[in-house]
Amino acid sequence: MTDSPLLSVQDLHVEIATRRGTVRAIDGVSFDVGEGETVGLVGESGCGKSMTLRAILGLLPRGGRVTRGRILFRGTDLLSLDKDQLRDVRGRSISIIFQEPMTALNPVMQVGDQIAEGPIAHLGYSKKAARERALELMRQVGIPDPARRFGSYPHELSGGLRQRVMIAIALACEPQLVLCDEPTTALDVTIQDQILKLLLQLQESSQIGLIFVTHDLAVVSQVSRSIAVMYAAQIVETGSVESVFAEPRHPYTLGLLRAVPDFDQVKAMLDSIPGIPPDLVSPPAGCRFRPRCGFAQEDCATGDFPLLEVADDRATACIHWTQCRDSVIADPVIVPGRVPD
Amino acid sequence: MAEARAVATLVRPGETVLGRGRKWRSPTLLAGIAILGAIILLAVGAPLFTSYNPVTPHPVQGLLPPSAQHLLGTDQLGRDVWTRLLYGARIDLQVGFLAVLFPFIVGTAIGCLAGYFGGWIDTITMRAVDVILAFPFFVLVIAIVFVIGPGTKSIYIAVTVTDWVSYTWIIRGEILAAKRHEYILAARALGYSRRRIIARHLLPNVITQAIVYSMSDIVFTILTIVTLGYLGLGVPPPTPEWGSMISDGQTFITTNWQLATIPGLAVVITGIGLSLLGDGLADLLRPE
Repeated sequence: MTDSPLLSVQDLHVEIATRRGTVRAIDGVSFDVGEGETVGLVGESGCGKSMTLRAILGLLPRGGRVTRGRILFRGTDLLSLDKDQLRDVRGRSISIIFQEPMTALNPVMQVGDQIAEGPIAHLGYSKKAARERALELMRQVGIPDPARRFGSYPHELSGGLRQRVMIAIALACEPQLVLCDEPTTALDVTIQDQILKLLLQLQESSQIGLIFVTHDLAVVSQVSRSIAVMYAAQIVETGSVESVFAEPRHPYTLGLLRAVPDFDQVKAMLDSIPGIPPDLVSPPAGCRFRPRCGFAQEDCATGDFPLLEVADDRATACIHWTQCRDSVIADPVIVPGRVPD
Repeated sequence: MAEARAVATLVRPGETVLGRGRKWRSPTLLAGIAILGAIILLAVGAPLFTSYNPVTPHPVQGLLPPSAQHLLGTDQLGRDVWTRLLYGARIDLQVGFLAVLFPFIVGTAIGCLAGYFGGWIDTITMRAVDVILAFPFFVLVIAIVFVIGPGTKSIYIAVTVTDWVSYTWIIRGEILAAKRHEYILAARALGYSRRRIIARHLLPNVITQAIVYSMSDIVFTILTIVTLGYLGLGVPPPTPEWGSMISDGQTFITTNWQLATIPGLAVVITGIGLSLLGDGLADLLRPE
């Protein structure tokens, strides 16, 4: 039990039936999250990051289904649970923080009641005990004057406070794993920093596992030690944040890092990755990044590209990763730094 | 927008009603409350405002013109019209409210289930709605009342059977829209039961439309009762009721015009009051 990770996603495949055809929204994704560990999942919009979170919770959109793979949470395959068992896991053992707290909070319910609802629904708290618990959580997440804020409605709170409410809701039943779906994207930078620090501090004190989905590389470097880069429904590179950022081994990661603005050195134009991500109804054969890749060769056009172990704790899906390494040596990338304290 | 923000700062948490209590002072709402309040007060306190009995006939005093003793005169059986108007308000308001309450509850519940679960539940529900909507409302109500026999109970049954579809229609549509919202996904992600999600998260967000509609529906239902009363299918005599007063009074329209006109005006004023209340509530409850 102690050795097995908290959450282990293994070879997950998700397909969504749409009018245009079957979208392969997740295509063979595997990763582990240990207790008290944070895994950052980065990639551009539509690459399957959020879909992965929804698959873990069993909340795929209409027409979506898991076609292959396992999602082991403390040794139990979540995909084998029935609806009631899964409902018991959600909110109680695994909980989620959404990107946009304005839309993810119920507009006509007092925020205190929304925080208290989890303990009432899952832990059988009385209304009074749940209220106490909510006030305690509100203090914990740094909401000033909790007794007064308890009766506020979401529209009466600022974005930062709303996100703190979301965090309090997510933590209400003391989950072991919290999924964060771009929790800071909707906030301005200073609030973003406060929320990230709060999440880290809460994680440290209660040893919860976090999956942190974002497209913001600077945010990942601030919150997590390990990172998985997703592209077109697949994980293309994994490793510790420091080493992946300093020495990317996949051209897509390299492209992302080259696109980060460097404020020490004014460039006329930011580098960008040419082209657009592939259509997941009919993804290109071979490596999916090939059409946009500067290092592409003929052998990239066919076959599968599983993750290759390239160093201790490092893996990449690129078979020409050595070229990537050479490119970085020739022209080092700017590491999106941790925000100095 | 700026105005809304300015008002919002004046409202402290705890002072809000359903999360948005800042339009209490709208003239529409206040006028509606005042008109309806006055009518309810007159109905409930009827014995305080008149000393006559609304049903006992006094044949010798029939068809008197308005005077100090009889403010609005008397009808053909010598009963005081003002008195019958007040007691009639009791019946019409009570039946009006209750005959809306039942379809409101039934229709809302069915609409919630159809909207949330969709699939075959939705299909069957909406076909049933279509079937009932295919009949003209009055024809169906009159047919049902005719079969069961006149009386308040038949009115409740007939209106419930025909009117639940309006609420189902409204609530189902609102739920279909609301369940796409992220807070419903969030509620599911937090593992709340379907019952909890419907009752605590969806319903409070969609019920507004049904409440606002129910205000105008009360007007319509009162008109229905009045119409049934006019057709002799309503509340049986001698119980005072506005519809039968209008119907009885129309014979004397050339000599004693007030017999039919005054209860008609009462219906109109009640209707205006409820409409204003409905509009005011719509503003008050409208989501941000």
